[in-house]
Amino acid sequence: MRELFGRPACLTDEPFLYCPGCSHGIAHRLVAEAIDRLGIRGRTVCVSSIGCSVRCWRNFDLDVVQGAHGRGLAVATGLKRAQPDKVIFTYQGDGDLAAIGMGETIHAAARGEAITVIFINNAVFGATGGQLAPTTLVGQVTSTYPGGRDPSWVGWPIRVAELLAQLPATAYIAREALTTPQRVLRARRAVQLAFEVQIKGQGFALVELLAACPPNLKLDPVQALNWVETKMIPHYPLGQLKPAKGAAR
Amino acid sequence: MQEPTRRVLMKGNEAIGEAAIRAGCRFYFGYPITPQNELLEYMASHLPAAGGVFLQSESELAGISMLYGAAAAGKRAMVSSSSPGISLMQEGISYLASAELPALIVNISRGGPGLGRIAPAQSDYLQATKGGGHGDYNILVLAPASVQEMADLTVLAFELADAYRVPAMVLGDGIVGQMMEPVALPPPVTELPPKPWAATGCEGRPRNLILSAPYTDAELVELNRRLQRKYAAIRAREQRAECVLMDDAELGIVAFGIAARLALAAADNLRERGYRVGVIRPVTLWPFPETAFRAYPAVRAYLTVEMNEGQMVQDVRLAVNGAVPVHFLGQGGGYVPPVDAIEEQALAILEGGLAR
Ligand SMILES: Cc1ncc(C[n+]2csc(CCOP(=O)(O)OP(=O)(O)O)c2C)c(N)n1
Ligand code: SF4
Repeated sequence: MRELFGRPACLTDEPFLYCPGCSHGIAHRLVAEAIDRLGIRGRTVCVSSIGCSVRCWRNFDLDVVQGAHGRGLAVATGLKRAQPDKVIFTYQGDGDLAAIGMGETIHAAARGEAITVIFINNAVFGATGGQLAPTTLVGQVTSTYPGGRDPSWVGWPIRVAELLAQLPATAYIAREALTTPQRVLRARRAVQLAFEVQIKGQGFALVELLAACPPNLKLDPVQALNWVETKMIPHYPLGQLKPAKGAAR
Repeated sequence: MQEPTRRVLMKGNEAIGEAAIRAGCRFYFGYPITPQNELLEYMASHLPAAGGVFLQSESELAGISMLYGAAAAGKRAMVSSSSPGISLMQEGISYLASAELPALIVNISRGGPGLGRIAPAQSDYLQATKGGGHGDYNILVLAPASVQEMADLTVLAFELADAYRVPAMVLGDGIVGQMMEPVALPPPVTELPPKPWAATGCEGRPRNLILSAPYTDAELVELNRRLQRKYAAIRAREQRAECVLMDDAELGIVAFGIAARLALAAADNLRERGYRVGVIRPVTLWPFPETAFRAYPAVRAYLTVEMNEGQMVQDVRLAVNGAVPVHFLGQGGGYVPPVDAIEEQALAILEGGLAR
């Protein structure tokens, strides 16, 4: 009998503890599949962030290091500089990577640290209950701005992928969405490429994944995916913002 | 004839750097701040030649987390800074303590609060010895009083940090950091302790987790219990103090770091005039060497001398526990206690009948 679909080897048997319709589970799976396919489980270290995915070590059957909120890319820098032959990736939310941790993010990218970043953009702080994130859309209702994001008061959402793509030492920057099967397949290729870039020593690689957080959007899972599709994608265009050298575009 | 020990003339900050390299430290992260820049620059120019990594971090927040990463990889690694930068690192130090990662933090402290000034001060004693960040934890704190000790205590800090899996701090000030003295450098370490717990990729073994947050409330309680057991063992075994002229002393002057050298000069002068004065110099600030205070029954009063507004004196009072009076001389903001001021206050206590 040939197995066509199963649990990736580097996911544990633990169930995901995320809300129904949360995109973290899909993103975990894509990461696990990429590590399996590249055969790098034994030399990979995950740096988890503080957010809903803080306990991703329950699901990733890998060495995992839990860093402070926002400092993932500094922790990863220490890990990678200490063992350049290992594959180091961070798994970070948008509050973690782009609010409290934006300094670490920009400087790790500017230094061209050979690290893979899986960046989950769900347009809110999930773990703390749906507050405004740097990625929250204009007009989007959050628990801290119940009247919706007003750019004249809190500014505009940050397009992280575009920002980092400008830096000369970034090797691969892409944005995909976890909304439909076709898009998940594209995201899967992007995630794998982000690991391949590190293995080839090309530099900093980041994949931004547009994700759904239904409870904080006050939507059901299907409506939340529709919201990502119709509201987020227009503001956050998908595709390779900085293609990797020698890879198919 | 025995070969004389070779000594080199070095600044205190440089002695830390050279001793760290000899102790097998190959990863340094730092952000410029006076009065510790000589250490940053020493590592920048010497660590790469030793096959190590020097990285100027974008901030102390990043620096302490880079240290966390290198320590998680099982490497001997360090950061250095001065007071305001050390304040920024406190969240990271708390994380190091929770994840039980050995690492060295050097604080060449300056006068505060706030930006303060670069004048030497010992105003970070309480921050260093009471944990500093959030949560119930302690870090080892070693206080050098000479350039020689800057080197020796750096090596000891790495060894103790590894032995107990705790962060360690070398706490100096602008004087010990920048003065030059001859120093006999420690021999290079050839073998480092194994760190089977490190996050190096799980090839051929069960995976390793370096976590700051346990999964359940009960596990967090258990982590706290485990940390406290470890701290109790450190308190029992690792207290260090230098006690000079104490055997028959009626007055014990207590001082750490550079202030202790001034206290010793004052004690010498008073001895010449026939007064029975000695000095207790805590070398480990945490664990505080409280047992030293039980060793001298002749003492009828203590005088604590500090370059701050009265921080270590709190620990001296706890150690003495009301048995004899504990007096204080000190000032914050860059005050260096003159030897004659120490003598004067000591005399006042001695001639005032000690116990009053
Ligand atoms: C220093 C610090 N400040 C604040 C927090 C509280 N906090 C935990 S997670 C989080 C936001 C996480 O949001 P995001 O990164 O978007 O991840 P998500 O939960 O949406 O997956 C915050 C503010 C913290 N843990 N540490
Ligand atoms: S709050 Fe949002 S991000 Fe967090 S688990 Fe639930 S759906 Fe996912």
